[in-house]
Amino acid sequence: MEPGRLAVLGAGHVGPVIARLAIKAGYPVGIATSGDPENLALITELMIPGAQPRWARDAIAEADVVVLAMPLHRFDEIDPSLLNGKLVVDAINYWPATEGVLEAFEYGGSSEIVARRLAGSVVVKALNHIGYHELEGRARPAGAPDRRAAGVAGDDPPAVATIAGLIDGIGYDPVRLGSLRAGRVLEPGGPVFGVVLPLDEFERAARVGSRSLA
Amino acid sequence: MTYTFGLDTFGDRNSAADGQPLSHAQTIRNVAEEGVFAEQAGVDFFGIGEHHTEYFPMPAGDVVLASIAARTEHIRLGSAVTVLSSDDPVRVYQRYATLDAISGGRAEVILGRGSSIESFPLFGYDLADYEELFEEKATLFAELVKGGPVTWAGQTRAPLIGQDVVPHTESGPFPVWIGVGGNPQSVIRAARLGFSLALAIIGGPPSRFAAYSQLFQRALEKFGRPPLPVMVHSPGHVAATDEQAKAEFWPRWRDIITVMAPERGFAIPTGESFDAETGPDGALYVGSPETVAQKIAANLRILGASRFDLKYGMPGLTHEQLMTNIDLYGRKVIPRVRALLA
Repeated sequence: MEPGRLAVLGAGHVGPVIARLAIKAGYPVGIATSGDPENLALITELMIPGAQPRWARDAIAEADVVVLAMPLHRFDEIDPSLLNGKLVVDAINYWPATEGVLEAFEYGGSSEIVARRLAGSVVVKALNHIGYHELEGRARPAGAPDRRAAGVAGDDPPAVATIAGLIDGIGYDPVRLGSLRAGRVLEPGGPVFGVVLPLDEFERAARVGSRSLA
Repeated sequence: MTYTFGLDTFGDRNSAADGQPLSHAQTIRNVAEEGVFAEQAGVDFFGIGEHHTEYFPMPAGDVVLASIAARTEHIRLGSAVTVLSSDDPVRVYQRYATLDAISGGRAEVILGRGSSIESFPLFGYDLADYEELFEEKATLFAELVKGGPVTWAGQTRAPLIGQDVVPHTESGPFPVWIGVGGNPQSVIRAARLGFSLALAIIGGPPSRFAAYSQLFQRALEKFGRPPLPVMVHSPGHVAATDEQAKAEFWPRWRDIITVMAPERGFAIPTGESFDAETGPDGALYVGSPETVAQKIAANLRILGASRFDLKYGMPGLTHEQLMTNIDLYGRKVIPRVRALLA
């Protein structure tokens, strides 16, 4: 199943990068912040050509896949009911040293906590572990010798498959992880976070990392 | 286009030639000497970034800048950066307006966060409030630098009602920049407030920032403001040869990034990543004067920027290595870049 239209929520460091990659891969993309899309007009025109600035509510309603790319402390500003029935990609990290301690995220994997709040959505963790300044530069077409891997973790296999297709489309070899809990290896401090690895090394690092989680 | 060239430091703790760390006090005195020497070498600007760590013991750079101001005549002096979110905008304005007085109108301020997050817990701020703190305080700062009575109310400090904030500057507002690390909304904010744009490029290909520069000029138009300059701030090290510069810089870079990696989310540098960053498409300006000059000239062109600040030094380098870096940057790199861009 192709994911169809994307809504990228967040236009800071990460959102525009994901939006550009998705557009390049052929996906229609709407982008939104918490505010007026008018404020995004210049950013989209110059930095994300082809993306459509929207109110968050409209971007979500139009989309098949919603990418969370806002800072984690802004996550609770979203009304979860807007995301009911949506496939949600959680690209956010919980990173206390850079963003401060958030009590709600102190225990457990951040995407598991996100998924609990978005009970009406299917949540997949992806696109969080490669730095925004590298995500575009390291993307390669399928089969390229220097292609790198990216993780896709979720509890719902068809959703994971869909997002694996998106990851492949934007330029990475997807590595599927069978649960959001297993996706903790993708988090800050984990074995694949911030390092951009080829497929075999990624799988090896993730295996070792998941043993230490068990 | 008129180009200007600066040197920035975070007060990177020096070591002696035998590798023993020097005291914080000696490091601070060395920074003052480096600032004075930068003027003699022909550098246009000397900036000190606010940090609060054992390896960057530089929380009060404005005091050091004042000592440099007293011993120099031409070089412009400023912060690089001031962590405005965890400071009081009125006090920041007053300190730099005082520096402007001492230096005869040579003060500048770069507002931002840089890699300095340690000031938040130190002064009792929550990092989660960063965005709100910066937005509100930067807006107030824009009012303060205009001069004249300020009326302001917000959530982050006491209101001001027709407040005359002293000292008054002699020659109008001093230059204010906003340091941006890659968030396009921060670029829009700089344009909205009428501040110049400082692009902090510390990793990856600098060319990806060209769109930020265009975004800034377009946003200035949209807000009905005249064009304002764009600065590039990047780390580096200049020595006689490429080999020497890399040999001096690499272990110090590796060590400090390794220390900062867990808290800042940086990847641990490898020989391969260092070669990429010091190569023509990377963010680090490490090499001989010719290598560094070529790279600065190329990136100023690509980025439509008229100012380059080299963040020189790294914890563990010696004061003598830094003085050589300053000498080569001022006497060789800057004239060469000017020639390349002429």
